Amino acid sequence: MAPPRSFLWSRRIFLTLLTGFVLVPVYVMVSSSLKPLADVTGKFRWLPSELTIRPYIDIWSTVPLARYFVNSLVVAGAATVCSVVIAVFSAYAVSRYEFRGKRVFTVTVLSTQMFPGILFLLPLFLIYVNIGNATGIALFGSRGGLILTYLTFSLPFSIWMLIGYFDSVPRDLDEAALVDGCGPLGALFRVVVPAAVPGIVAVAVYAFMTAWGEVLFASVMTNDTTRTLAVGLQGYSTLNDVYWNQIMAASLVVSVPVVAGFLLLQRYLVAGLTAGAVK
Amino acid sequence: MTTTAQAERPAVRKSTPGAARGPRRRTGRVRRVGLPYLLLLPALLLELLVHLVPMVIGIVMSFKELTQFYIRDWGAAPWSALDNYRVSVDFDAPVGEALLHSFLVTIAFTLLSVGLCWLIGTAAAVFMQDTFRGRGLLRALFLVPYALPVYAAVITWVFMFQHDNGLVNHVLHDQLGLTDKPSFWLIGDNSFIALLTVSVWKGWPFAFLIVMAGLQNIPGELYEAAALDGAGVWQRIRRITLPSLRPVNQVLVLVLFLWTFNDFNTPFVLFGRTAPEAADLISVHIYQASFVTWNFGTGSAMSVLLLLFLLLVTGGYLALTSRGRRRAS
Repeated sequence: MAPPRSFLWSRRIFLTLLTGFVLVPVYVMVSSSLKPLADVTGKFRWLPSELTIRPYIDIWSTVPLARYFVNSLVVAGAATVCSVVIAVFSAYAVSRYEFRGKRVFTVTVLSTQMFPGILFLLPLFLIYVNIGNATGIALFGSRGGLILTYLTFSLPFSIWMLIGYFDSVPRDLDEAALVDGCGPLGALFRVVVPAAVPGIVAVAVYAFMTAWGEVLFASVMTNDTTRTLAVGLQGYSTLNDVYWNQIMAASLVVSVPVVAGFLLLQRYLVAGLTAGAVK
Repeated sequence: MTTTAQAERPAVRKSTPGAARGPRRRTGRVRRVGLPYLLLLPALLLELLVHLVPMVIGIVMSFKELTQFYIRDWGAAPWSALDNYRVSVDFDAPVGEALLHSFLVTIAFTLLSVGLCWLIGTAAAVFMQDTFRGRGLLRALFLVPYALPVYAAVITWVFMFQHDNGLVNHVLHDQLGLTDKPSFWLIGDNSFIALLTVSVWKGWPFAFLIVMAGLQNIPGELYEAAALDGAGVWQRIRRITLPSLRPVNQVLVLVLFLWTFNDFNTPFVLFGRTAPEAADLISVHIYQASFVTWNFGTGSAMSVLLLLFLLLVTGGYLALTSRGRRRAS
């Protein structure tokens, strides 16, 4: 049965407006990144007066973008791997075992989601400094400290989503594996994890994006050598000039890896959310 | 489930050699009692170190007169009992008045942003439930704002909101002539609109994603049955789609609320360390109280008050929705 005209027209109008809303900033980002400086300091122009790739060359020398890039990659990558592994273990325990304190655990972990980041910024800063003074392990100002912080940010949501996902993997499967002589960890890695790949990918994407985009802790807890992109991009505005074309070029460069990865994996994300978060 | 497992067990036992089976099973059971705790240990330790211990320290700090002089040795800061709290909730004095203002701005902002994100996300997901040409492309496009790193996306908006060389003023003033003169968007009253726009632009795709996932759980037979009964598209959306999304929406709205309420990245990149009064969200307000005016004790007290409020709201919300769910089942 074909939908009525009222539906088709509402859909057309709504989706067109929404596409415009979504696209305008993306267009501004892309087009401004190809403009000469004069175009972005004067009145806004929809079309560049001349196309130039100069901003894409200059971004690497105006600020040490490559170093920030590597820092972000190391921090977000490590935080993602650790967060996913830890979430898999926790979710498996909650999904497959009955034990005392299970409810307390899930409620506690989930409620940390509620904490405003600002609440533990200063205490965490003090803890890291104290650990550093007492043990010599440099957490403050190091990538390690940032990795440690970030991996806990995505952990609650990841655990929660994976519990739902693991619950949807039939128990018979891993019980059969246990019967066949697998240990519990064997059952987890040979049966449950392969069956839950979409959920795990979804969680990994989420963890990576959280770490890649975080600003607050990155701006307090990094120094010149460990600075991530989140803070580094501020370097394009000097007292005299704001290099908007370079800012847009750099924004685009730092966005491409995440956006491409996200779009490639978005099917997994919907599949992961369907079984995990949405039940 | 358990019966099938038990039925298979004897067959396996036959194939395992020797009498070692008995004792091994026992150790297996002993190990399994500890195993869940072992599996949870890393998550627990990390949550303790990064969230719970700092939170406790934060609460202790809120009872101290903690200024920059004591930051090296915060334990030595003088005890101030409830002074920080008294200052925070004294709405006639400047600090409390500013906090109350910031709190109200945050509430208004959060409600509007969550409402709009939910509305746009749901509408988009429902409209895109059926297949049509270009749907896959459109879906990918709609997810771009969500996938973009916050600072990259928000910096682009900062550029668009510039007074002299931004797109927004160019369109509104130069091209459409809707305003007498170019407006300021990142200072003054307009900053609230700017913040809301950016927040909705960045946030609605998450609602879209979740609702899309939720729609996949609605059995097709429901729609077929409704079609047989002669229900039109609009009726099907109103009577099947939207009610079926209720449990999904309950989670979605709560998560959106908490994330928006606690959002620091968006206002911080948009306005910097000090937000304009009209868009002074509470997280930036507390940041400013702590790191700009160097009063960590008051900042901590404000954080604790904020946490109490969020606990109250979340608790109330969960109680309300779970009661609804019980009644529905």
